[in-house]
Amino acid sequence: MVPLSWYIVLSAVMFSIGVFGFLARRNLLIIFISIELMLNSVNISLVAFSHYLQSMRGQILVFFVITVAAAEAAIGLAILIAYYKNNPTIKVDEINLLKG
Amino acid sequence: MLKYTLIPLLPFISFLINILFGRNYIKDKAHWIAVPAVAGSFILAVSAFFDVLGGHDVNVNIYSWIVSGDFNVSVGFLIDQLSAIMLIVVTSISTLIFIYSIGYMHGDPGYYRFFAYLSLFVFSMLMLVMGNNFLVMYFGWEAVGLCSYFLIGFWFHKKSASDAGKKAFIVNRFGDFGFGLGVILIYLTFGSLEFMQVFDKAGSIAGQTINILGNDVNLITLICLLLFCGAVGKSAQLPLHVWLPDAMEGPTPVSALIHAATMVTAGVFMVARCNPLFSMSPVAMNTVAITGGLTAIFAATIALVQNDIKRVIAYSTVSQLGYMFLALGVGAYSAGIFHLYTHAYFKALLFLGSGSVIHALHHAGHHDEQNMQKMGGLKKYMPITYKVFILATLSITGIPFFSGFFSKDEILWRAYQGGDLGKFLWLLAALAALLTAFYSWRLIFLTFHGTFRGSHEHEHHIHESPPVITVPLMFLAFGAVFAGYVGIPPIFLEHGDRIGEFLAPVLGHPAGHGTHAEEIFVILVSIAVAVLGWMVAYNMYIKNTGLPQKLQDRFAPVHKLLFNKYYIDELYSKTLVQPMLKASDKIILGFDTYIIEGIVNGVPNLIGAFGRKFREVQTGMLSNYALVMAIGAVCIVGIWVFLK
Amino acid sequence: MTLPQLFFAYFATAMTTLSLLVVTRKNPVHSVMWMLVLFIHIAGLYLFLNAEFLAAIQIIVYAGAILVLFLFVIMMLNLRKEETVKKYQAQWPLGAGIGIILAVFLVSILGKITVLPALGKYSIEAIKSEGSMMTIGKVLYTEYLLPFEVASIVLLVAIIGAVVLAKKRIE
Repeated sequence: MVPLSWYIVLSAVMFSIGVFGFLARRNLLIIFISIELMLNSVNISLVAFSHYLQSMRGQILVFFVITVAAAEAAIGLAILIAYYKNNPTIKVDEINLLKG
Repeated sequence: MLKYTLIPLLPFISFLINILFGRNYIKDKAHWIAVPAVAGSFILAVSAFFDVLGGHDVNVNIYSWIVSGDFNVSVGFLIDQLSAIMLIVVTSISTLIFIYSIGYMHGDPGYYRFFAYLSLFVFSMLMLVMGNNFLVMYFGWEAVGLCSYFLIGFWFHKKSASDAGKKAFIVNRFGDFGFGLGVILIYLTFGSLEFMQVFDKAGSIAGQTINILGNDVNLITLICLLLFCGAVGKSAQLPLHVWLPDAMEGPTPVSALIHAATMVTAGVFMVARCNPLFSMSPVAMNTVAITGGLTAIFAATIALVQNDIKRVIAYSTVSQLGYMFLALGVGAYSAGIFHLYTHAYFKALLFLGSGSVIHALHHAGHHDEQNMQKMGGLKKYMPITYKVFILATLSITGIPFFSGFFSKDEILWRAYQGGDLGKFLWLLAALAALLTAFYSWRLIFLTFHGTFRGSHEHEHHIHESPPVITVPLMFLAFGAVFAGYVGIPPIFLEHGDRIGEFLAPVLGHPAGHGTHAEEIFVILVSIAVAVLGWMVAYNMYIKNTGLPQKLQDRFAPVHKLLFNKYYIDELYSKTLVQPMLKASDKIILGFDTYIIEGIVNGVPNLIGAFGRKFREVQTGMLSNYALVMAIGAVCIVGIWVFLK
Repeated sequence: MTLPQLFFAYFATAMTTLSLLVVTRKNPVHSVMWMLVLFIHIAGLYLFLNAEFLAAIQIIVYAGAILVLFLFVIMMLNLRKEETVKKYQAQWPLGAGIGIILAVFLVSILGKITVLPALGKYSIEAIKSEGSMMTIGKVLYTEYLLPFEVASIVLLVAIIGAVVLAKKRIE
């Protein structure tokens, strides 16, 4: 039998890799992918909990996470494209419009 | 309980609706909200009055207002005989004046605002009257002052009006400061602010003294004098009377409601309410009586020579308020309240009648519409106004069987019984009654008799006011004539003094110790002065119209002194206002330039300097922000790791 | 090591490696491709955890829809020249440090996690008797009906938002 903690550790490691990707990469697309990676790592832990606790709640939550992830990807990429039309770059360290 | 809560609440709701939705939605329909609200209050007040009449007093706390340690104040109502009478006076006159205002204020751009403030005023006045502790009373006290300020300065685009508003507010501050100190001292002394608890404990501190700057002062006297300070300010007694005549800059319904019938009598009401305290301090009582007596005669002399129709009535109000204080001061509390009650009707009537005249002249295009010297002969154009004016004047001058006679006579008789000081005050009051009769008839003769002294074109356009104005006048005239029949002196009718007996549980009913002969003497004197005043006025303004000018030339210095109101405004201006302004100028130059501006400019500069340093943190790059956020998240997780 | 543990060991190693590949590839197309392989592994792991429905969803929605969306965007942006420049930001060592520290912290807390014996009613047998779809469907349409409807609104908002953002400005 595989202990629950293994799944959780796997999930934690994947999440940290996602965080690294999010913080380190320049390409906005890869940053988006990192976000998806983090969401998936959380999903793994949720499904694992669901299985080990014999509860359906975790799976339901994963279902909603996927929904939100789909919405987020759609909106995020649409923003990306809209931005790209005005300013043809997706290098995140060249996007500093937030600076006053 | 709801009934009693609704009495002040209805006008307050009307205020909220009108002030919130008036400008854009209600506009010239404001009276559809305000009049039913105040009429509802009136009906409830009548019902409350009958409850009290049936022996059902109310003293109830509605909710806890302030709870802080031992300091515990509730918003609560005390409805006893005294407040029941006040409720009737306030709500009945308010209702009539609200209706009157529909006509008088018609077409004014601030129509909704007027009704909003007027409703707020009624709410505040009812809180003042109904409160069962000093703090609620103080709240009402200040709130009516605020409304008075709003309404005096209602036509704020007129400089004189906004100045008058400020003057009223500032002069009242002097009195209210004393009142506030008095309330604080009451709390420190008795540990409570509720009327009943304070009055129950009042006996226990008799003779106690308090050390102020090395002098031992009787505690109860000090409390009473401080409270009386507030009354002097609010009820425009000497030396703080200066604001009331100027308050006539407000619209006439305001003068009638606030500056004649209700608010200015708050001081009288307050002293009567605190009668258990005042009765314990002869010094305070004498102060009240002498202030009242001096004010009565003092204001009456000024009224003799004024030309502005509203100012004459304003000084008459000050004088009549003096009467009320005189009555309170000689211990005749119920006589004071009785006069308050009758005065409310005939004085409101006088004001509204003068308002009707002003309204008519204004619509006729007359520019100097308040100057009596430019009026005259209005009798044939405004018959209803003329008749009600006559009734009000008969009442105020104390002609028998009009309501003013009963209350005024009661005061004079009580004063007469009060020893040497009482006799002296009686003399003052009788003299003031003579002057009152004179200037009241002078007003009538100048305004309504003789020939019109304005232009012919204006005369052509003068006509009687619409029914919305004259009908309230008729109702008030009814009150002015018959209100006094609740207090017929026992010498005429056994148990005739119903109001005195009704108020006895709250105010006591001192037994008279004069003889019947003396009482008849007092009554005859007061009738005699009333008639004498009329005769003199008739002589001077009807029969021998050149006489006033001759007298004026003959006694020019006296006339000038009176006409300029004893130069009291100038005196205050020289001794208080100007030095204050000069000092303020100095302070502004030094303090303001260096300290205030130093702070005002220094703080932004400091912030700017910090800002310039810290803005470098804001790179505008998303990843940096995300990094900082991630560091924060890691720190939180780290705390958990290391704490476990 | 038992057989399931061996299976898990394979999945764990593969998924960690694939994750690292996803975040380190210079070409986003490669990243997306590795992501696809990763998603298939995740779906396998879901099967392993008795979540057949989610496994199917993982493939259909993530691999089939979201990743295709990414590929479309990459195609639209035409990012040839991006491949020639540096792929990491200046702050990447900090990011790496944060990632490692976070991993250490999370593992140190979560590595000790165990399950309480108090278990819910959805045991493996219970799910098997009805089937994973039916079980999840029942829960979703009864207990989680409101969130389910809200989720549909979220998707609707996403559709409208994407359309509004992506359409040409009408001058």
